[in-house]
Amino acid sequence: MPRYVMVIDQSRCIGCMSCVVACKRENDVPPEQYRTRVVEMVRGEFPRLRTEMRSELCNHCDDPPCVHICPTGASHQEKDGTVQIDRRKCVGCKACITACPYDVRYINEEHGYADKCSFCQHRLKEGKEPACVATCVGRSRIFGDLDDPNSEVSQLLRENSWRVLKPEVGTKPHVYYINQFPRKS
Amino acid sequence: MAFSRRNFLKLAAMSAGSTLIADTPFLSTRARAEAEGGNVRYVATSCEMCFWKCGVIAKVQKNKKGEDVVVKLEGNPFHPQSNGKLCARGQAGIGQLYDEDRLKKPMIRTGERGDGQYKEVSWEEALDYTVEKLKAVVDKYGPHAVAMMSHGSPGDYFTNLLMAMGSGNIAFPSFAQCKGIRDVAWELTFGHKPGSSCERVDLKNSKVIVLFGTHLGENMHNSQNQEFAEAVGRGAKIICVDPRYSTAAAKASLWLPIKPGTDMALLLTWINLIISNGWYDKEYVEQYTVGFEELKEAVKGYTVEWCAKETELHEADIIEAAKDLGRYAPNVMIHPGRHVAWYGDDTQRSRAMAIINAILGSWGREGGIWLPPKGKLAGFNDGIPEYPIPDEDPIIKGNYPFAGGEGLTQVVRDVTITGKPYPIKAWFVCGTNLMKSLPAPELTRKAIDSLDFIVAVDLLPTDTVMMADVILPECTYLERHDGLFKIETRETGVAIRQPAIEPMGESKPAWWIGSELCKRMGHPEYAVKDSSMDDLQAWEKRMRRQAKAWGIDFDKLADEGYITIPDSEAPYITPENQPVFKTPSKKIELFSSELDEKHFDPIPKYEKVEPPPEGMYRLVYGRSPVHTFSRTINDQWLWELQKENQVWLNTKEAARLGLKDNQYVVLENQDKVVSNKVLVKVTERIRQDCVYMVHGFGQNSKRLTRAYNKGADDQQLITRYKVDPITGGTGMRVNFVTIKEA
Ligand code: SF4
Ligand code: SF4
Ligand code: SF4
Repeated sequence: MPRYVMVIDQSRCIGCMSCVVACKRENDVPPEQYRTRVVEMVRGEFPRLRTEMRSELCNHCDDPPCVHICPTGASHQEKDGTVQIDRRKCVGCKACITACPYDVRYINEEHGYADKCSFCQHRLKEGKEPACVATCVGRSRIFGDLDDPNSEVSQLLRENSWRVLKPEVGTKPHVYYINQFPRKS
Repeated sequence: MAFSRRNFLKLAAMSAGSTLIADTPFLSTRARAEAEGGNVRYVATSCEMCFWKCGVIAKVQKNKKGEDVVVKLEGNPFHPQSNGKLCARGQAGIGQLYDEDRLKKPMIRTGERGDGQYKEVSWEEALDYTVEKLKAVVDKYGPHAVAMMSHGSPGDYFTNLLMAMGSGNIAFPSFAQCKGIRDVAWELTFGHKPGSSCERVDLKNSKVIVLFGTHLGENMHNSQNQEFAEAVGRGAKIICVDPRYSTAAAKASLWLPIKPGTDMALLLTWINLIISNGWYDKEYVEQYTVGFEELKEAVKGYTVEWCAKETELHEADIIEAAKDLGRYAPNVMIHPGRHVAWYGDDTQRSRAMAIINAILGSWGREGGIWLPPKGKLAGFNDGIPEYPIPDEDPIIKGNYPFAGGEGLTQVVRDVTITGKPYPIKAWFVCGTNLMKSLPAPELTRKAIDSLDFIVAVDLLPTDTVMMADVILPECTYLERHDGLFKIETRETGVAIRQPAIEPMGESKPAWWIGSELCKRMGHPEYAVKDSSMDDLQAWEKRMRRQAKAWGIDFDKLADEGYITIPDSEAPYITPENQPVFKTPSKKIELFSSELDEKHFDPIPKYEKVEPPPEGMYRLVYGRSPVHTFSRTINDQWLWELQKENQVWLNTKEAARLGLKDNQYVVLENQDKVVSNKVLVKVTERIRQDCVYMVHGFGQNSKRLTRAYNKGADDQQLITRYKVDPITGGTGMRVNFVTIKEA
């Protein structure tokens, strides 16, 4: 079984929003709702400024609070490590939305179920990368199998120091961030 | 580390235990559809959400009613402008296709010009009416009284129509309002433009990249941004010269927040530093350039101390940048930029940029500016007769000796207003929102008011379209054929545009509209061969003939969307691959003999631009990664990401004016023109002497239901422009504004 993870090279993100639109079209996300976002954080004073670009999405946590709290078993973890939602079982109670520390879940207003990034599970089954990864203009989002030592993600995590978001909440995310800022050469 | 998506996908599919259906992006569209079981179609075509012409693969499925629906757009991996990826706009092409505000039927104006009253008519009636009105103008004034202005592919078909009629009054805003000025400057220097399909910048291999206002990341030309990210990831040194801390500045190792209008001071000082310190490429200069001694002499006086005062940059930073350029030359570049119509001295500034590249030896060098690709394609006009000689000389170049063949839109406008040297009484406006693309929109309005007839060909009811007497609805790029396109990147290639679905409503391809008008105007020999009112396949047949003439397998092209011309890639200078400079001296002209001959400065000089008056800010403008000027503002998927623009104002200035972040303000310019209300972004990311906004917002057309009245229109505030005496470019960063609470 693979163990799917995403590595985000923040230095390479140019904030083009291509991933955001690709995700919406691929997954038929309703207007004004998002499975992923790109946050730009600028700090400092003119002219000494520094920018962090950060793509955010479901972290497909190894210890997922949304799954623990889900009363119906709709939110669940699959063998490949991804966290998925069984729409038929979802009653739209929003418990998972409250439990998720990353603010990446929403209720699909059109259909009433909870929804979020699936790591484009349907595409993985077809042997395709997630839509946001496939179109990432900056090649900032990289996807792959952590159990395969030769995969690009494994190499990147070996060669770079990485971090996850909110490590203190103990969720053990599967989305890893490298190169928080561009290198100053 | 080699990145291989193919390998990843194989592994993923194998380890998931399923059979590898397809590493779909790397298959032809036919094979891909077959692999997925045939309930889906993939169509390889070319994007027109901007003008980069990325290769697109459109995924088409049937809806419940059995109609074809485009459900997803992806980048074509075979096409070098997209490399399998699309930008946000490219992804959102579906939003344009299914925009309920699209023009669906031909319309004829019933009320006054600009009051928005129209009746829907049949194509027959619309075309007959257009022809009747055009003929009236031609009979009274001659064919030269009909002018055409355009952006994008519709231009080709109406250029053909006007030329067939005998008018050469054809102009494209991409020249005087954008990159034409730069193209001329580089032609004067190297005898070549810095690119056609794309700028020939070897970003991915460059060691030092200097950007003058070029805001990659916000100006989202796909492949160029892919390479930029590659350079950033590799740790290339990025030097960003911009009064605003742009996305590109955020990636830079050196941000130079230059005082607006002083770029030339920095460029000339760098040239001086590079020459006087011997940091230039001596052999290269010796072998390929003329005028080095004159250049050396001319820049002597531009000292670092002077430059620092003029540009308000630090001396150390000015020197560091020049040193880095010298240290890593020739694998360095000053990016030629794209929209350069800033201050009216833009040819000379672009010349200075070309000159630095020349003395650093970057033209034809790895990491610099790659050489034009080889691979000639024969001319193809499908056997139409030669065009008649226009009855009067076209006025499109005004009195500007180096205006290009693409013409000067503002001169067409001026002549329309004055009637001198002759009346222009009819306009075709095709795919360009002139009210938003030309400076001084009140003059555009005045010119339109003085016309006998104006016809618009477009997708959406833009401000300009809603002033037309006849509106002819064009279908989107996802519903039509265009091309074949010659694509010049590192290699030469050929690309295709073909419909993913049938045109919606009664919209038609521009080629069809142009062709039917040719026939009705009495020039059937210039119409598309074997075309008729109810046939939309004639252009595909023409493309087949063109492919044959070019020796290309059309079916393969239609299947894959892009074909490489073999052996066309030869980017770098080698003993066998010597550069050809199409200048009078056959060398790189540091000293321009052509400028000299026409009594312009043969070597750029610094001249001060007018500073903002006390209490006012210079208005600078730029682009958003999710919009193409005003063209995409109504697209649901892009509108959602950016519904209105903001005006950027420095924190200290905001405090002084008592303005808070994200409150509505209005801007008033030097001519007392007041903008729409617009949100203010209070930020450290801009100098105190200027304000910035994204261009294209503030639509006045009520029929654009999402975009109407959202945000402020920079063009409305650009009531002044300074004309470049060399090329006739319209410098637009010469307007000043005050800001107050809305
Ligand atoms: S992996 Fe798929 S669902 Fe998740 S953010 Fe990317 S495109 Fe959206
Ligand atoms: S597509 Fe890639 S580069 Fe563009 S915003 Fe998304 S993560 Fe960043
Ligand atoms: S850069 Fe974007 S909008 Fe322009 S052609 Fe490419 S995908 Fe389309």
